[in-house]
Amino acid sequence: MIGLFDEPAVRTVALGTAAIGALAGFIGTFAVVRRQSLLGDAISHAALPGLALAFLLGARSPIVLIAGAAVAGWIAMALVAGMVRGRHASFDTALGGALAVFFGIGLALLTAIQKHVPDATRHGLDRYLFGQAAIMDETDVRVVAAVGLVSLGIVLALWKPIQLLCFDPDFAAVQGWPIRRLDALLAALVVVATVTGLQAVGVVLMSSLLVAPAVAARQWLNRLGPMAALAAAFGGFAGFAGTIGSHLLSADNRTVPTGPVIVLVATALVAISLARSLFARRVVVLARATS
Amino acid sequence: MIDTMLVMAAVAAACAVPGVFLVLRKMVLVGDAMSHVLLLGIVLAFFVVRDPASPALFFGAAAAGVVTVALVELLQHTRLLKEDAAIGLVFPALFSIGTLLASMYLRNTHLDVDRVLLGSAELAYLDRFTIAGRDLGPRGFAVPAMVFLATVFLVAVAYKELKLVSFDPGLATTLGFKPALVHYALMLGVSLTTVSAFDAVGPVLVLAFFAVPPAAARLLTNRLSILLVLSVAIAVSAALAGTWLAFRLDITTAGTVCTVLGTLFALTILAAPDRGLIAELLRRRRLIRELHGTLLVVHLHRHEGTPAEAEESRREGLEAHLNWSREQTARVSRRAQAEGWIVAVGDCWKLTDAGRDRAKAAGT
Repeated sequence: MIGLFDEPAVRTVALGTAAIGALAGFIGTFAVVRRQSLLGDAISHAALPGLALAFLLGARSPIVLIAGAAVAGWIAMALVAGMVRGRHASFDTALGGALAVFFGIGLALLTAIQKHVPDATRHGLDRYLFGQAAIMDETDVRVVAAVGLVSLGIVLALWKPIQLLCFDPDFAAVQGWPIRRLDALLAALVVVATVTGLQAVGVVLMSSLLVAPAVAARQWLNRLGPMAALAAAFGGFAGFAGTIGSHLLSADNRTVPTGPVIVLVATALVAISLARSLFARRVVVLARATS
Repeated sequence: MIDTMLVMAAVAAACAVPGVFLVLRKMVLVGDAMSHVLLLGIVLAFFVVRDPASPALFFGAAAAGVVTVALVELLQHTRLLKEDAAIGLVFPALFSIGTLLASMYLRNTHLDVDRVLLGSAELAYLDRFTIAGRDLGPRGFAVPAMVFLATVFLVAVAYKELKLVSFDPGLATTLGFKPALVHYALMLGVSLTTVSAFDAVGPVLVLAFFAVPPAAARLLTNRLSILLVLSVAIAVSAALAGTWLAFRLDITTAGTVCTVLGTLFALTILAAPDRGLIAELLRRRRLIRELHGTLLVVHLHRHEGTPAEAEESRREGLEAHLNWSREQTARVSRRAQAEGWIVAVGDCWKLTDAGRDRAKAAGT
């Protein structure tokens, strides 16, 4: 394992996935606490038409593609919020419908690209769909780190209203905070975190990285700030250990994809944390029964 | 193209029926979780039977869907996490196991991860579906069509129970129905439908078929029976139109049908007769007009028979008393005149009996 880490390629990928995991764990905490765990799932699917459209318009650099994805994801979230507010659909229906319809539009655009753009050797688009951590390079890692630092700065700057919004949005509104705008801002942070991680772990598995570290951290801590920090640590660990693990499992005749292993590490963390909570509860019950 | 149209129409119809109950019970995202886990069910069943064409794969996948729901509910019952988090945990984990197993052991078999994820309606009709040597048409059509008939039959048989459980589970329990039983029957139905739709549309787009037609129909009606029929009608017409469009443009069929579904839903939100945006806008405008008309007659009524009447009801300069613009005052008076609430007498407005009644009704 130590020897693996000496390989520069593996080191870059492990650092990159760890950074993505930490970012997703941190931002995901706010989504989980607000019972919007499936936001990441919806966003990562809804980002596809943005990616495809950016590609169709000639963009090839990862940052522009990520920006396209983020715009599409954000539009989808705005539509969901609008449908729920106007009572045209309930949250789950709006989210599920938007997710699938956007994904369908994205697929239609993708097939159009493959037909009509001559140099489209599926230039990394598949990579965004299914995730391929193995081809992360240092630029990608830097992008993730930059996004993470900016998100951290925004959250710290608005810590008080964000905390209020998480636990008592009505009170926050009464206190005069612009909760609709804060809500949109938090959604935007989730969007950015999601699309940044897409390329490494893929559409489906990104949603897990937003949820699992936060749920695990919730079992150990009650305060929002420490919880977000612990979730970031869990997410980082899952990214790192998952990458190393997939390399260890891979042999000459087979390659083990990185994304699923990362998700399984994160899920194992949740299982341990839940077991600890259940055990603690049992101890309390026993103590009460015997005293 | 006709073959693909048949396939898509069958898939759309089959999904619309259980979709209605998913939407009504706010469980669309559970359907999302189930559809992703089917891959694991297919892979596990394949390990057992070693035959990519075996019907065991079908039922293995359906079982995996139900197991997912059970797992989500188990996690929820610990009260350590909420439903959304439980869904968001369970399905990526099971999906990951499915992808891992598929990519490690099934590289060279019929189970192609890309195809399993995205579906391919263009290829779905290539396999024929045979029972005892008799050809029952393309598999992609026959299987969803059979599932459609089965769910329609089930809904017809258990219509009352489904209705009660969907709208008032508490009352259903009190009356001695078993909501849990109906719930799991429904989940099994959703799971079977998803598997049958799998070849053609894959696990992501199937969600659009579950959620969008019922959501659109929901804006058009309040009756469960009409809701069911409308959902199927919307789903099938989107499937036919989408397939035609996809062939015209030479792009993916399933994605295009989803796009058409989304467009239909957007149109419904705009134009639904009662709950649509346009209807709402018109209603608001009508209310404002009525309010203005009422304000005018109330104003006239208040000054009727007082010394200031002549001044307050003069047609020229009325806007100063009502604090409106000149154009608005003219518009409101014109409409009030057309309604028969006021008449022009000399250079003043006079209330008619109808106008007086209206002012009194508004005043009390």
